Amino acid sequence: METGVFSQSRAAIKERTLRTDRWWLQPAITFGVLFSFVIYATFRAFENKYYFAEPLVSPFYSPCLSSSCIEGSSLLGQPFNNKYFGIGISPSLFILIFPLGFRMTCYYYRKAYYRAFWMSPPACAVAEPHSKYTGETRAPLILQNGHRWFFYAGLVFNVLLSIDAVLAFKNAEGEWGHMSVGTLVLLNNAVLLWLYSLSCHTCRHTLGGRLRHFSKHPVRYKLWSWVSVLNHKHPTFAWISLFGVAFADIYIRAVASGAWTNFYFF
Amino acid sequence: MARKLKLRIWRGDADNGGLQDVVVDANEGEVVLDVIHRVQATQMGDLAVRWNCKAGKCGSCSMEINGKPRLACMTQVAAYGDDETITVTPLRAFPVIKDLVTDVSFNYKKAMEIPAYEHPTELKPGEARMAQIDVERSQEFRKCIECFLCQDTCHVIRDHEENKKSFAGPRFFIRIAELDMHPLDRLRNRKRTAQEEHGLGMCNITKCCTEVCPEHIRITDNAIIPMKERVVDNKYDPIRWLGSKIRKREGME
Ligand code: SF4
Ligand code: SF4
Ligand code: FES
Ligand code: FES
Repeated sequence: METGVFSQSRAAIKERTLRTDRWWLQPAITFGVLFSFVIYATFRAFENKYYFAEPLVSPFYSPCLSSSCIEGSSLLGQPFNNKYFGIGISPSLFILIFPLGFRMTCYYYRKAYYRAFWMSPPACAVAEPHSKYTGETRAPLILQNGHRWFFYAGLVFNVLLSIDAVLAFKNAEGEWGHMSVGTLVLLNNAVLLWLYSLSCHTCRHTLGGRLRHFSKHPVRYKLWSWVSVLNHKHPTFAWISLFGVAFADIYIRAVASGAWTNFYFF
Repeated sequence: MARKLKLRIWRGDADNGGLQDVVVDANEGEVVLDVIHRVQATQMGDLAVRWNCKAGKCGSCSMEINGKPRLACMTQVAAYGDDETITVTPLRAFPVIKDLVTDVSFNYKKAMEIPAYEHPTELKPGEARMAQIDVERSQEFRKCIECFLCQDTCHVIRDHEENKKSFAGPRFFIRIAELDMHPLDRLRNRKRTAQEEHGLGMCNITKCCTEVCPEHIRITDNAIIPMKERVVDNKYDPIRWLGSKIRKREGME
């Protein structure tokens, strides 16, 4: 039996959509960009080199927690071995789940990949190709409800990556009071990540959204109002912070591999 | 200045139907509903179309124009190119009755399933007080004109007839959010029932409802996601769940 727009009771129209605009463009772009990022991030997570150029650490490898981490790159010590069961593990893999989980469960990215990857739906009023749909009611998608835990972890990472940006005010000899292009790259990354996290829907909810009586919580009401303004731009922050992370990594990789020199302003 | 407009109108009923081409005059400044009325007056006397206010306020003239759920009275003919054929069909998520008219009773049934506002019993008439900032947030949802375009475009039911029994739809999620955010409503199980009875978990926040809402209600960001977060507080967050058991209250803050 046909379902959806082809159900018996609905107006008999054989096209799955009658939209005449380029509705496929948006999901195609989203697909292309996210897919490229995933490929690049996977390559970098496994590459296990060129992630540190004193004092710059790539965000894909910070905090660097394994015993194989290059000297000076570990902000929080090295509690993990570089090998488990005889298999060498890139330090990136110990931390990747947190930023990855944060973005995977983000309300905005969910929209983006449900549309672009899963085509559920590919665009509004364009019939999706699936015969069954249960949304986020059962495993694994019910786990999307855990977004807040990744949000909290994301805040910890923001603090660490902000520290990385501050440490970038050192020079390669470890003296303070210097500034390079790398400093700006890491500062930019940290600021964008804060904007992304602060504009998060869970953040908005936690700060004030869950309240029923704003009038009894004037401070939280103010915070909620400010975050609501940021929240409006959450999709934008989601994208530019993604580019920010990728750019920081590309820059540090180029410096660490010797392809570029990190230019110091002073 | 009149122009010749090419229209393709779906005509038929529950058993049969298809798109029919017509050419009709369109004057400057006219909307799609105007030209449909002209077709009705001059060429298809028995064309069925539902409308009322012609001002975008009654929500009757919902249909799909070039595949997009829209109000016909708010869609300018001038928005389409001179050579473009404009295709008008009935809403594709609901059973068709005749031509452009669909049976939207699904929505009234869902409306009845949402328990109404419950006034605090201890307050006598005239005693209720609410602060402006406490009601502001849900006032956005009161702008709804019940055009059901959001319901029509929502893939959960548009693409899956079988989900209709378990899914209330975006229009009713804003209703639930409005009541759950209401400073005085006594009913405190709206989060649980939103998830367990009204199908909030089936929404995958792909935002098509927000995209088509003629009142520009930010359905997903301001109602559905906040409700999903409230459900998490209540059902999936062990820390808050424990807290609510100890304090024995839900959402009283
Ligand atoms: S955001 Fe949710 S309710 Fe709105 S159209 Fe999409 S699936 Fe339906
Ligand atoms: S929420 Fe918007 S789209 Fe949905 S019925 Fe109300 S006015 Fe129409
Ligand atoms: S990070 Fe996007 S909603 Fe939380
Ligand atoms: S006729 Fe009332 S909204 Fe279009």
